[in-house]
Amino acid sequence: MAYLVVFAPLIASIIAGLFQKQIGDRAAQIITTGATISAALASVYLLIDVAYGGNARTIDIVSWMAVGQFEVNWAIRLDTLSAVMLVVITSVSSLVHVYSWGYMADDPHRARFFSYLSLFTFAMLALVTADNFIQMFFGWEGVGLASYLLIGFYYKKESANAAAIKAFVTNRVGDFGFALGIMATFAVFGTVKFDEVFAQIPEMSGEILTVFGMNFQALELIAFLLFIGAMGKSAQFFLHVWLPDAMEGPTPVSALIHAATMVTAGVFLVCRCFPIYEVAPDTSAFITFIGAVTALFAATVGLAQNDIKRVIAYSTCSQLGYMFFAAGLGLYSAAMFHLFTHAFFKALLFLGAGSVIHGLHHEQDMRNMGGIYKLLPATWILMIIGTLALTGVGLPIVLGGLGFAGFYSKDMIIEEAFAMGTEGVTFGMFAFWIGITAAALTSFYSWRLIFMTFHGKFRGKEETLKHAHESPPVMLVPLVLLAIGALFAGGVFKSDFVAKGAQSFWGESLPAGAYSDYKYGDYGSGDYTSGDSYGEEDHADESHSEEAGYGDEAHGDDHSERHPTWVLVLPVVVSAGGFILAWYFYMANPHLPGRIAATNGPLLRFLQNKWYFDEIYDFIFVRGTRALGDLFWKVGDERIIDGGGPNGIAATVMAGARRLARMQSGFVYHYAFVMLIGVVVLALVLIAGAGV
Amino acid sequence: MTASMLLADLTLMTPELMLAVGALALLLVGVYWKSELGGARIVMRLTIGLLVLAAGAAIWLAQGDGGDTFNGAFNVDAFSLYAKTAVFFAAAVALLLAFKFLEAEKLAKFEYPVLIALASLGMAIMVSADDLITLYMGLELQSLSLYILAAFNRDSLRSSEAGLKYFVLGALSSGLLLYGASLIYGFSGTTDFDGIAIAAAEAGNNVGLLFGLVFLVSGLAFKISAAPFHMWTPDVYEGAPTPVAAFFATAPKLAAMALLARVLTEPFGAMVDQWQQVIIVLAILSMAVGSFGALMQTNIKRLMGYSSIGNVGYALVGLSSGTAIGVWAVLLYFTLYIIGVAGAFAVILSMRKAEGMVERIDDLAGLSKTRPALAWAMTALMFSIGGMPFLVGFFGKFFVFYAAASAGLVWLVVVAVLFSTVSIAYYLRVVKVIWFDEPTGEFLPAPAGVAFVSRATGLATVLLLPFMIALITLVVNAGGGLGG
Repeated sequence: MAYLVVFAPLIASIIAGLFQKQIGDRAAQIITTGATISAALASVYLLIDVAYGGNARTIDIVSWMAVGQFEVNWAIRLDTLSAVMLVVITSVSSLVHVYSWGYMADDPHRARFFSYLSLFTFAMLALVTADNFIQMFFGWEGVGLASYLLIGFYYKKESANAAAIKAFVTNRVGDFGFALGIMATFAVFGTVKFDEVFAQIPEMSGEILTVFGMNFQALELIAFLLFIGAMGKSAQFFLHVWLPDAMEGPTPVSALIHAATMVTAGVFLVCRCFPIYEVAPDTSAFITFIGAVTALFAATVGLAQNDIKRVIAYSTCSQLGYMFFAAGLGLYSAAMFHLFTHAFFKALLFLGAGSVIHGLHHEQDMRNMGGIYKLLPATWILMIIGTLALTGVGLPIVLGGLGFAGFYSKDMIIEEAFAMGTEGVTFGMFAFWIGITAAALTSFYSWRLIFMTFHGKFRGKEETLKHAHESPPVMLVPLVLLAIGALFAGGVFKSDFVAKGAQSFWGESLPAGAYSDYKYGDYGSGDYTSGDSYGEEDHADESHSEEAGYGDEAHGDDHSERHPTWVLVLPVVVSAGGFILAWYFYMANPHLPGRIAATNGPLLRFLQNKWYFDEIYDFIFVRGTRALGDLFWKVGDERIIDGGGPNGIAATVMAGARRLARMQSGFVYHYAFVMLIGVVVLALVLIAGAGV
Repeated sequence: MTASMLLADLTLMTPELMLAVGALALLLVGVYWKSELGGARIVMRLTIGLLVLAAGAAIWLAQGDGGDTFNGAFNVDAFSLYAKTAVFFAAAVALLLAFKFLEAEKLAKFEYPVLIALASLGMAIMVSADDLITLYMGLELQSLSLYILAAFNRDSLRSSEAGLKYFVLGALSSGLLLYGASLIYGFSGTTDFDGIAIAAAEAGNNVGLLFGLVFLVSGLAFKISAAPFHMWTPDVYEGAPTPVAAFFATAPKLAAMALLARVLTEPFGAMVDQWQQVIIVLAILSMAVGSFGALMQTNIKRLMGYSSIGNVGYALVGLSSGTAIGVWAVLLYFTLYIIGVAGAFAVILSMRKAEGMVERIDDLAGLSKTRPALAWAMTALMFSIGGMPFLVGFFGKFFVFYAAASAGLVWLVVVAVLFSTVSIAYYLRVVKVIWFDEPTGEFLPAPAGVAFVSRATGLATVLLLPFMIALITLVVNAGGGLGG
């Protein structure tokens, strides 16, 4: 079953990729889609088996390499964490495959597209099922490659090529950190297997690693380096620049890779390595900070974008920020929960946007849309569901909370951040307030998107409007399925992910979180026992939450006071505020935005230009690198290395050859002279050598 | 000496006797044959047959125990028999290459094959020499035949010049060699190799003996065209008729190298520390001249001349180890080298255009388009001679370097590899011209014998690979008896 999940997409990809000429587009579509759907069904089975059957296991496939101590296996590690990811990946991937039948119907290179999609799926599956860092890195690079191929799918478009390269290069920066992190792990622990590394953590907590004469806390350093990798893949602040540009790829790709799966790999990495982060408080604080900053930054930029896909891209960036600050605060299961729900509603939004773009014949600028809800009614409703889920609409007090998916996961993160803040966790309060602010902004830009796209008057060309049409069923069915997920994923799975059932659900793969025992009180009752030392370590960490690390004593007693009511209500209130503001600006007074823009020119430009990140990076890195490259090329390589090396040697050789040729005069007496000199020299050598 | 002992001695000399008697008989056949061309043809064929028979006899003898004959003047052992077999086959191939060429160039005279047979006889005696007198006798018989062959195209100024140069310088080298031999005799009191070996072991650093050795080695170095005694090589290769150059590059080189190996390891085996220096100097100079000299050449025959100088240098690297490994590595090296060179000359002999033979490297331009099979063969041969892995030439180079390294001469191996890198440049240039330049004209179809040799050797560079183990076993058996 596990083999089917991981390898079916790979085989399908190979068949579709190598034999596309022979089997044709349709067969390639059927094979890849079929493989992915069967993988999705199998992974649902696996999730049930692993999470509810308690059947976590690692399947060793084959030894990859063994060099001295360094042993790496290909394996499929099945625990709840990876099983959840399997379900997310394969289900979204299947829906995207199906959706692409419609969306890519006119594309002449469909076989290639589907082959790439399946290849990506395989790489992502290899990443999450890894039982060691090296296989994870393989998957990590594999998704990077597939992402590059898919972003640059329209390879004749220059901007698509540039975006693909940008994504690849930016990711390289992160990958470099990740690779260093793996090396540091091996240097400290002598193994790259997760289980073996985590088991050693208690003994290694004081370990110092010396690099270039500087002393580092080994675990902090490893945690930090791994997080650099996560930052690159998950488009966190400083390394986020590639994600908006990646929207050059076909829209289904954006939904699969840049919303639901690949960008969440960073979050997955942090969660997978939570035993390391548990004992690295400084790095965790840094993660919280970066996550929070990203959440806010991306939300502000999202306010001013006009490209429908870019708005959603920044929204993704922002939501990833939420996940990271949750993970940084130690709320790993909450982060995974948000990852899970986010996958559904963000894929829904992306595919919905794709449906709009498809309906309007590749128009992406929201300024050229408006009032099309009558023409695309299904898409309109589905997009609204997605937006409601993203903005976290729900009723906080009633029945212990009732609402869309985002309500459960996002608001939970915000609330728990408050709890952490009151406990004194570094950046806890900071994260809380930023979370609130970003929630308001999220609501504003999301509704702005809906209003600008579907309501008001149509602002584009008449021609476009005349041909505007609703998408075919093959595209709408995946949307409907995702909408169901966006509606119910939060409510249905809440108890398992972060509440009553969390303890047994996650097993040893992830700490269930302090909140799980607060509300239901049966935490640590004894059914949770583990044999090995690392499990017990977790256990201690969990039951006393951050007690060990952060010194909180009061936590055990005042459960009921954990969240003041205003904290529960506030996120919903600010979301509503965002909605009202958006309605006021874009529905009630459509001319207001223009006037505000005119008076606040610099601020708007600042936001529209994404805080000038691209410009700054262009100046520092691109031009700096180019100048450095020129220096190395013209001075270092051409003059010093080539001049003294190959070219210099070649010149010397040729000069020597000419001189030798001149000696070959053709005169017999010259030749005889050389021979006699030779005899004399040989005799001298012999006598000198013999020491006579 | 009783008749039966004489018979036993003569049995061991079967190949030489066959050649000696055969050559004289063929001379008569040639003289009394009615038409000149017909005589040349029949003698040519008969000589090839004779050489193959002689090789067969040598192989037959190799099944026996061998032994010293004529009071220790003539040594028939596995080493000499292996060298003889190789020499005879190389000579036969050289005749095969010469066959049609000579007719086309109006050089088809029956003396040509007879001279080759006599030269082969000389070489056979050289490699079996166990006495300074035998050594000189074989060497001169070989050399005199070669002088004539070099000038065989006597109406051509270049050929006569080459022959004359070779003769004058050869005489000088013979003088050096004889002087060295007389010194050795003077200081050891014997011309017999075994006796010299005893004297050398007792004498230690005897200056007279050392000087004698230097002169002797100098004389032999001329024959293998090791620098600085190489100056004749490019001129003679270029000036002599191409089949003659092909012969020069193969059999005599191997014979002289085998002789040098025997002289150094048998009579002077005890003085290895002294002569090692000399051989190293010769090796480095040869590799340098061979690598750098060839870079500027435009004539492919001159290029092959320099290439042979360089390759002798690599072989000397192996020999400088003074060990048994060095001796068999040299044998292996030259066996593989001869295959490559014979093939390369076969390709050169295929370079005939409507207006006549051409010899410039540029004339090979675009061979890949006009004659793909020939282009593949030449590419494989160039790479093999250059020692590219994984063609057979690589193993030759590998084992001579291995011999030197195992004797502690790692620095010399490093130097040799560097020179080898430089030398790759001109082999690659030939390949580049063949594959990447635009064709300038097409060659006429090559004669069957030439085409066969170029194809067979080209394929051999690859097809011999599975048989490397067998070949190495063979040379280890042959060369293992020599060296310390």
